[in-house]
Amino acid sequence: MIEGKVNGKGAMALDASAMGHSASLSRRTLWNYGATALIWGSAILTCLLLAFLMGYIFYRGIPYLSVDLLTSQSSYVRQTVGILPNLLNTLYIIIVAMVIVLPLGIGAAVYLTEYAANKKLVSMIEFATEALTGIPSIIFGLAGMVLFIEMFGIKQGILAGGLTLVMMILPVIIRTTQESLKTVPAAYREGSLAMGSSKWHMIRTVVLPNAVDGIVTGCILSVGRIVGESAALLFTVGFGLIINDFFTALESSSATLTVALYVYASERGETGVAFAIAVILMSLTLLLNIAANLSAKKLKKS
Amino acid sequence: MDSIMDIRNLNLWYGDHKVLHDISVSLPKNQITALIGPSGCGKSTFLKTLNRMNDLVEGVKITGDVLYNGEDIYDPKLDVTWLRKHIGMVFQKPNPFPMSIYDNIAYGPRVHGITSKVKLDAIVEKSLKDAAIWTEVKDRLNKPALGLSGGQQQRICIARALAVEPDILLMDESTSALDPISTSKIEELALELKKKYTVIMVTHNMQQAVRISDYCAFFLLGDLIEFNKTEDMFSMPKDKRTEDYITGRSG
Repeated sequence: MIEGKVNGKGAMALDASAMGHSASLSRRTLWNYGATALIWGSAILTCLLLAFLMGYIFYRGIPYLSVDLLTSQSSYVRQTVGILPNLLNTLYIIIVAMVIVLPLGIGAAVYLTEYAANKKLVSMIEFATEALTGIPSIIFGLAGMVLFIEMFGIKQGILAGGLTLVMMILPVIIRTTQESLKTVPAAYREGSLAMGSSKWHMIRTVVLPNAVDGIVTGCILSVGRIVGESAALLFTVGFGLIINDFFTALESSSATLTVALYVYASERGETGVAFAIAVILMSLTLLLNIAANLSAKKLKKS
Repeated sequence: MDSIMDIRNLNLWYGDHKVLHDISVSLPKNQITALIGPSGCGKSTFLKTLNRMNDLVEGVKITGDVLYNGEDIYDPKLDVTWLRKHIGMVFQKPNPFPMSIYDNIAYGPRVHGITSKVKLDAIVEKSLKDAAIWTEVKDRLNKPALGLSGGQQQRICIARALAVEPDILLMDESTSALDPISTSKIEELALELKKKYTVIMVTHNMQQAVRISDYCAFFLLGDLIEFNKTEDMFSMPKDKRTEDYITGRSG
């Protein structure tokens, strides 16, 4: 009886496959073509979107780009429009943020990977840094405003903005540094300690030099984020469009390129200037990303 | 026999796992002592207790005495940097640092505070000569050490260890990752080194132990089964288990 059943089933299955052979084949080919077409379609659409976006921005922005625009400041009296102050402010804020975030971030990463003995605490901190990277940047802006401007009484400007960016970038620097510290082979550490090195000497001479590629890449990517960040700065740097020297800018309203883009586009209605700034921002971030890739490759080789 | 290290009732645990059982042995000065035994017998662990590299392992617990020239190296007041200056180590896989040959050799002296270029130059030359690699690298001291062959890298590591003028050189299977020619070069070197240094080596290679060691310690499952002159151990082992191992019946 069992035998009969098996036979029956087998025969049925055979029958079905024999009958459905040509039909299922053509359906399968159809699916195959359909899926390929869909995948290609979405790839092409993505590229087109990017090309359109970049093309449109360049099309609208490039006519307004001029040496004059890049080397002067805006003035109602003299009827000029220029973004030199904003270029400078962006540079200032990069300096402020990086000078503070680098020692903090690298120090924290070295502590977490090399020193911290409490594994539970370390994984909690790692989780916290991970979570921090996912927070919308406008929330950092809000927190920065409350903390630095209202509580600490720092005036709107590059310092308050830079500190806000430090909060935002710190997790990125910590993560990238930690990742590259972890790739340094244990054999180097052992070799160094076996020579009688103290722990810090080992870290300084063997671990950090071998993690430098990751650290540099993290830095360049962070600079990219600083250049492109706007929401975190809206409340903290102010909308000032005049040239200041570095130390004055620290505590006076100074719009960076991104904030200036916002000001020109929404408050002054100078969309041309806004698009010109957009061209500059896009080129800068593109350059920084290429630099990050190159430096990672180059440093890895040597 | 003049001993340079005396180990008394040494017990070692990794967490709850007891790895060494009540080891007592005196290691002779200016001789090559080979530590042999099957994988996992504790010989490498034993070697690493001699320069306290086991300190790096989490959850390690050690009881008993390890005396170096009569001084307890596990005394909390002892300076580990001082200890590791006197007891150098060469690892299983060559691990030169990714820096120039010169900087590799000068690494140890710099750790111990030597900065004068003249002194460093002299130390680098002497150490490379002692490690029998000077003629091969003297024209490329500023080239990266990682560009050398495995055998050369291992001799660079030996030179690096010698540069701080240790008393004892610990070698943890230092030829097992090398080809036969490099291996024989390092064996010759060890024979040369024992005139000035004491060499304690872990080896899996019985022929190597016979060829170059003066004394031999046989470990099995964390016990030191037998310690004797190499020729005596290999011609008439006292313990049945030693005999089984060296004749290839176990292990």
